[in-house]
Formats: sequence, structure tokens, C-alpha cells
Amino acid sequence: MIVSKKDIPNFLDKLISEYQVFAPVKEETYTLFKQICSGADAALDAGNTKLPAKEIFFPQSEKLFSYNVSEEGARLEAPVDDQKKVIFGVRPCDAKSLTLLDNVFNNDKYQDPYYLTRRNNTIMIGIGCNSPASTCFCTSVNGGPFDTKGLDLLLVDTGDAYVVEVVSDKGREIAEKAGFAAAADANKDAAAKVKQDAVVTCQVNIDGLKAKLDVNFYDSIWEKIHEKCLGCGACTYLCPTCHCFDIVDEATDCNGCRVRNWDSCAFPLFTLHGSGHNPRTSNKERYRNRIMHKFKYFVDNFNEIACVGCGRCIKNCPVNMDIRVVLEDIRGSEARLDS
Amino acid sequence: MKNPYLPLPMKLVKNFTETEDKLIHTFTLQYLNEEDEKSFSYMPGQFAELCVFGKGEAPFGIASSPTEPGFLKFSVAKVGVVSTALHLMEEGTIVGVRGPLGNYYPVEEFKGKNVVIIGGGFAFTTLRSLATYMLHPERRGDYGDITVIYGARNPGLLLYKEELAAWEQSPDINLVTTIDRPVDGWNGRVGFIPAVTEEVAPSAENAYAIICGPPVMIKFTMPVLEKLGFTPKTTIMSLENRMKCGIGMCGRCNVGGKYVCKDGPVFTRAQLNQLPNEY
Repeated sequence: MIVSKKDIPNFLDKLISEYQVFAPVKEETYTLFKQICSGADAALDAGNTKLPAKEIFFPQSEKLFSYNVSEEGARLEAPVDDQKKVIFGVRPCDAKSLTLLDNVFNNDKYQDPYYLTRRNNTIMIGIGCNSPASTCFCTSVNGGPFDTKGLDLLLVDTGDAYVVEVVSDKGREIAEKAGFAAAADANKDAAAKVKQDAVVTCQVNIDGLKAKLDVNFYDSIWEKIHEKCLGCGACTYLCPTCHCFDIVDEATDCNGCRVRNWDSCAFPLFTLHGSGHNPRTSNKERYRNRIMHKFKYFVDNFNEIACVGCGRCIKNCPVNMDIRVVLEDIRGSEARLDS
Repeated sequence: MKNPYLPLPMKLVKNFTETEDKLIHTFTLQYLNEEDEKSFSYMPGQFAELCVFGKGEAPFGIASSPTEPGFLKFSVAKVGVVSTALHLMEEGTIVGVRGPLGNYYPVEEFKGKNVVIIGGGFAFTTLRSLATYMLHPERRGDYGDITVIYGARNPGLLLYKEELAAWEQSPDINLVTTIDRPVDGWNGRVGFIPAVTEEVAPSAENAYAIICGPPVMIKFTMPVLEKLGFTPKTTIMSLENRMKCGIGMCGRCNVGGKYVCKDGPVFTRAQLNQLPNEY
């Protein structure tokens, strides 16, 4: 199927009458995912958004429930957002990150109703990346600029129009309802050419990285690798696969609510015990945990690397830590197995 | 979809000062509704998030046993915001309990075996639950000898003194209590847990050892247990880490790829040997 770019605002306006529609919106020098009221607000030609689409499903700050406590008991109210949503213009790396987070919020024992209800009620329409950025490395972590994982529809930008690839039944339904025209062979060829030309130039060799991480927990490489890191946690707040959170009460004794806020493994308080003991005392342990979590623990638990190669952590690090270099350094280091 | 973040309202019916330094209180909580008790079905070794509305919640091991219907018991040291609020709380106040969370001591595997329980300091809460569970008249026959070795710095810091006195008299359990330094009026053993365990020398034959206590106690008792013949598979520990969600999502209590909240807190030593020592 195919849809002309000039028809996109109209398509979005129709969706807005039925769904909450989120799309990249221009903010000063960058774009962010926001709920749009008009299809014309979507800014689709500005590369990837500054923040991933994660926060639509897992907000930076979210009320879990409100409560009112009296002598007789407690009245709890836990409204779960079940509004139907469409995310339009999400990039393949960010779409894939949500399939990774699904493992966390729907684990072997517990389901998170807030995240999962939003996930189940959302249609994901992605746009492939014709010109991947210099910081992109999705193809090194089992992704790609036109990957369809986590998407219902994928749009391929062929200049004046998007060639529409149907990925799921949900996607087919929405495409058919929108009445997209069938793509001619010439359009299909153009899409194929765009895909071929979109090269992610940066390659990180992670062959053998997992095997190295399996045995190098006590290795001296960790002493060096974290040294530049300030522990500011910016990477964790920008990362589409980071999911750590804190839970706090905001209340005046009997009336209040319990809120969860994004937290970061980069902070010392994150693991500090009440006794004063801290299992991850210094930046070394904390940085090691971040790498281990994404490239070993997550692989052990869910058979997937918890990094989609979006490059946000590289672009935004105040001291130019580059995870690609870190991974290469670890891979190339001599591992020893002892304690 | 069951919402795992919602606490059950319960009434604090007893706020008891457990130790002479007053730093540990034992809280007895009662269900407000009968159905709540049915929905809160737990086993020894599990924990729960105890919440003080307005202050927040914190995880504590459940000190009562499922064989004691009608209430839950927690022994809590005063260290932070939530525990301090609990200590100051008047009886009759409504609190929240979220759980039960985590796995439990493998009581099915213990059947037909001798069980050695070793505890130090105030890390005796879920061990009390375990001992009480196995001592229940309907279950006592399932297990062989039950030995409890329990130590504290001085007699006033031992938890559950009335129960210890009753266990002292019971033919169903072999209780050994010890304190670190001699005190007037104490006729029991004096010495640290590792040394006392070596003296008592419980047989590892057909037996499990469950050990809970401060890290230094664990460190020096492990070699003793090894010498006695307890293997990594028959040595069981319960870990603590800072937690928030208790359901394997918030990311902070991991030891390697395992979450203490969801995959633990009970681990065999064999399991812990596979993990980094980051706890």
C-alpha cells in the first residue's frame, strides 16, 4: 500500500477522532513524542526524537493509586489508563525497545497493569530510517533501520509518499480503514531501493561479548572503563530500554497517592541499604551493572540484548562516553575467571 | 489483571518493644476482612511490603507462620523513614501490606530430613516463621530432628523470648541460644555463632542447614557448615537487598541476573555460587 505525504495530516486527523494520537512534535531544536490534536503538528522529517516513545507507556512519573485512610480502613483508587492510542512515526529501534520492556513488565510471576494495558491498547506505526545518524548502531544489536519488530505498520519514505508495509492484523485493519491505495511495482521498487541505500555505517563487533561478560565480573577492565563516567544518569533517562523506578508516597497522612518515578542504577542511593551497607558502592560497580544488565543479565533471562542501538546515550553524554567503544574495549580485554 | 502494587489494609493491633535497646519492635497486624486473609496465602521465608500511608513502604520478612491464622507479625528495626514511622505508630492504626512476595524455604524438600536453623541478631524473623511452621502439631511428624542455634550480642537482644523459653522445654526442638559475652544471670552458652555451631556439631547426615544473620556471621559459619558436611545444595540462605517494587521490575535488588525479590530471597548456597558476590 501507499500513502502520499500530503495525505498524512488528513490520515492523522481521522485517527485523532478515534484514538489518542502521539507523534514527534517540534520543540526548539529537537522533536519529542507528544499527543497531537491536529495531524499537521506531526514533525516527521527530523530524525529520531530526543526521548524515546517509552514514556507513553511508562511515564517518568506516574500515580499508581490514590488513597484515603480512616480508622475503619483504607479506600484505594487505582485507575488504569485504557485509552486507545496510536503512536505515529516511531523509529524501528524504539519500537523494538518496547518488545524488550514487555519481558520486564510481564514477567514470569507478575504483570504490571499500567504498562500492559497501555501496550495492549496501542497501535504502533513506524517510519523507517532512510539516513541513519552517525551514532546509530542498530544493526550491531540485532536491529535495522527498517526492522518491523514491535510495529503494526512500517512506512518507507520514498520521497513524495510512504510505501506502507503491513506487519500485523491490527496494522492491516487500520490501513484498510484508511483506504490506502495499492502500491504500484514502481513504488515497491523505490521502497526497496531506499532500504538498500540506508546504510548504518557504524558497526560494533559484539561477537564473543556475551561470552566475555559471562566470566569477567571480577576483571580489572572494570576499574578502568568507568573512570570517565560522572554517574549523572543521563544515559539511563534517555535509554529506551531502561526501566528502573522508585516508588514514593505523596501525601498528607490520610489522603495521598503512591507514585512511581524513573530511577537510575547510576545513583549510589539506588541500592543503599537501611543499614548503610551498599552492594554497589562505587561508580565501578554501578557502571559494570549497567553494562552487565543490558548485555548479559537480560540475555540470560530473556535471550535478547537490552540495547537497540539508538545512540541517544552517545549523543547526550556530557563526557562523551561512547558505549560502542566501551563494548569493543570489553570484548578485546583479557578475561580471567577468578574472584 | 491483578494489580500487584495495591496493599491490603490491615489494623495494627500490637506494637511491642521486642529488644531491650528498643530498636526492634514486633508488629501484630489483623486483617480487616475475612477474604483478605484467604487472598494473603503465604509460606515461611516470604516477605511483604509494609506500608505506612503517607510515608511509603518497605520490605520485611514475615515473622508469623501460616499455621498461626488471623494475624501477621513483623519484627522491624528502626532505621529509616518507614520503620521509624512504624515504631511510633499507635495501636489501632491502619497500615498496608503488599504481598506475600518472593519464594520461601523449601519445606517440602525438608520432609523426612533433619533441619538445622542458624540465626544471628535480629535476622531471626523468617527463621521463627519456619520453626513455628514445622513445630505445628499437624506438621511436626513430617520432619526429623529440628535444631535451632540462635545468638545475639546479649540476652536482651534475643527476639521472641517467651517462645524461646517454651522451645527450651519442648521435646520437639533442640534449642541452643548463645550470647557474645558473659552477662550476670545468663546460664546458657557464651560465644559467637560459628564457634557454637562447631561445638554443637549438628550432623549433616540427611539434613538441611538454614542460615540467616549478619554478613560476618555468615562468612565465618560457612566453613564450619562445610566441615560438618553440609553441601552447597543443603545449605540455604535468605538474602536482603534494597527493594521497591518487590516484583522484579524496578531493577535495584538484582544479584547478577537474579532479583532477590522475585527469584529469592531464599537461595541455596549452590545457587549463590553461580552469582557474583554483589549483595
